[in-house]
Amino acid sequence: MSFLDILSIIIPAALYTAAPLIFTALGAVFSEKSGVIGLGVEGLMVFGAFSGVLTTLLLEGNMGEITPWLAILIAAIASGIFSLIYGVAVISLRADQTVTGVAINMLAVGLTLFLIKKIFNKGQTDFVDFRIDKVDFPILSDIPVIGDIFFSGIPYTSYIAIAMAFVVWYIIYKTPFGLRLRSVGEHPAAADTMGINVNRTRYIAVILSGVFAGVGGAVYALSISGNFTGHTIAGQGFLAIAAMIFGKWHPVGAMAAALFFGFAQSLGITGAQIPFLQDIPSVFLIMAPYILTILALTGFVGRAEAPKASGVPYIKGTR
Amino acid sequence: MKKRKFGLALSLVLAAGTILGACGNKEEEQGGGDGASKEEANIKVGLVTDTGGVDDKSFNQSAWEGLKKFGEEFGLTEGEGYRYLQSEKEADYIPNLGQFADGGFDVTFAAGFLLEDAVQTAAEQNTGTNFALIDSLLANADGETVWLDNVSNVTFDEHTGSFLVGVIAAKTTKTKKVGFVGGVDSPLIKKFENGFKAGVKSVDPTIEIVSQYAGDFNKPENGTSIASTMYTGGADIIYHAAGGTGNGVFTEAKNRKANGEEVWVIGVDRDQHEEGMPENVTLTSMVKRVDNAVYEISKMAKDGNFPGGKETVFGLKEEGVGIAPTTENVSQEALDLVEDYKQKILSGEIEVPKTDEEFEAFEASL
Repeated sequence: MSFLDILSIIIPAALYTAAPLIFTALGAVFSEKSGVIGLGVEGLMVFGAFSGVLTTLLLEGNMGEITPWLAILIAAIASGIFSLIYGVAVISLRADQTVTGVAINMLAVGLTLFLIKKIFNKGQTDFVDFRIDKVDFPILSDIPVIGDIFFSGIPYTSYIAIAMAFVVWYIIYKTPFGLRLRSVGEHPAAADTMGINVNRTRYIAVILSGVFAGVGGAVYALSISGNFTGHTIAGQGFLAIAAMIFGKWHPVGAMAAALFFGFAQSLGITGAQIPFLQDIPSVFLIMAPYILTILALTGFVGRAEAPKASGVPYIKGTR
Repeated sequence: MKKRKFGLALSLVLAAGTILGACGNKEEEQGGGDGASKEEANIKVGLVTDTGGVDDKSFNQSAWEGLKKFGEEFGLTEGEGYRYLQSEKEADYIPNLGQFADGGFDVTFAAGFLLEDAVQTAAEQNTGTNFALIDSLLANADGETVWLDNVSNVTFDEHTGSFLVGVIAAKTTKTKKVGFVGGVDSPLIKKFENGFKAGVKSVDPTIEIVSQYAGDFNKPENGTSIASTMYTGGADIIYHAAGGTGNGVFTEAKNRKANGEEVWVIGVDRDQHEEGMPENVTLTSMVKRVDNAVYEISKMAKDGNFPGGKETVFGLKEEGVGIAPTTENVSQEALDLVEDYKQKILSGEIEVPKTDEEFEAFEASL
């Protein structure tokens, strides 16, 4: 295998596996920027994967190929609504955000398994017939070299995820809403004084995190696993949180970090079949992504600072 | 105050939610408690699944089918005479096994090697009840095999079944290159790999075989990446023995077939034809007849011959392993050849290798 052949395996694989992480990391960015810890995104992802697969299974008989895309939309809405549970608990009722986030993660797995059991009378769903398939991007995939590496065998969701990172960056850094969002996360009392409704802003942020994490979960289920079980989402949400921190709470940074994770992972896997790397014992290749991540987190990123009010419920009149 | 009460109610709902998942299959929980008052002749058989659940389309499902067959044949009622408990997480194994033991169940099946330690603990605690561990042997801390009188160890000759699908792969491949994806590198999965490789090489020693372990049984994304690398590298058939990770192999193959490439997957444990639909990528599957094993062991227990304290192997002869009943994608020529090799294995003419060393010796003797 030549070097270009290897690249044309690793890069598409990285883009493919990174897409769900990017969406979810963007969701976490929204929530954390507003001062609400995004620990519940794992659970929101589970709910998104569940809604996505359920919708596809129920509609694919009539709707055909469009179903998975529709399912992603519905998963976004469903997870947005589901995230309200988290929102009510941590914003209105000022519950501890870490504990509630963990509770949401457990609730999502328990609830979805319970619903699957009730709806299908089994512990996991069937495989969906229509998936988000890997495709060759029209026209662009015909470009020599670059076409094979960046535009062949990659699902559209990966491109959408990357584009969304820039959209989210624009929303957070270039719009009035984004400014309010950030101010609420840094200094809610000051924002309140300026007439910004802190709780409402945080609710919107939490719902947006639900929407994005839901899309992430649905994309994972519909493009990678193909069905939903209690283990479909196992840790990807936390990986997305890691990507967000790695990306310094910046949408584009989080996207780059997610791509890096995907790259490290696919390098670890593909490495076993690359002539030069295959002499390395496989355990080292399996460990590689994690070691690369630790190295990157400790060595290259520098200090990452969370929004100041992250994790602190806002109570009017306190300093 | 009102707010606080609402908060309390909400947290109760959250707490309830976390245990909801476990409720779905426990309606009959109360039924097991009065086992002591039942007649001795009435056998009660239980099954504890690993985290996959009884419709994992694999091991647990097959075990449950065998148990259902036994139950229906001998007129037991589901939930009373035979039932299963699904384990949601590893911490459930021992309580679930214990629940059957306390409920007066005569034999409790544990589906899969993941329950190995749990079975050992439960069997030592409940010496009056029998357990059957499918697909594994008990071992102590030093890795030495342990035999407990109330534990029957059920294993399969996976290598012979894998040999047969290897024959089919060798007969079907056009690129003269095939792949193997394993879950975790272990002696058990090595049996699949070496049997498969031996089958392929027996038919055509020039065929190249690539194999790789994902390091996990539940990482479909790794499955897609490995499969993608192998298919791009020129392999056109991949045999997976990787559980949930194998789903990723199917996803990748379906993607490629939808784009017009001719690639195949060979399934494992049970007939995975359905997993390959709608693109129809499943060439065949190496089936472990866990259902036959569960059925046979239950029957032995019913007749008072529970094979405790030893290993019971289900091989080709006992119809414990074989190729899947769905053969629509396999040529008649390949099927005939499989039959030939099956006879050779049964007659002892071919000794199928299990370990890497045995495979090297086997390959050298070809």
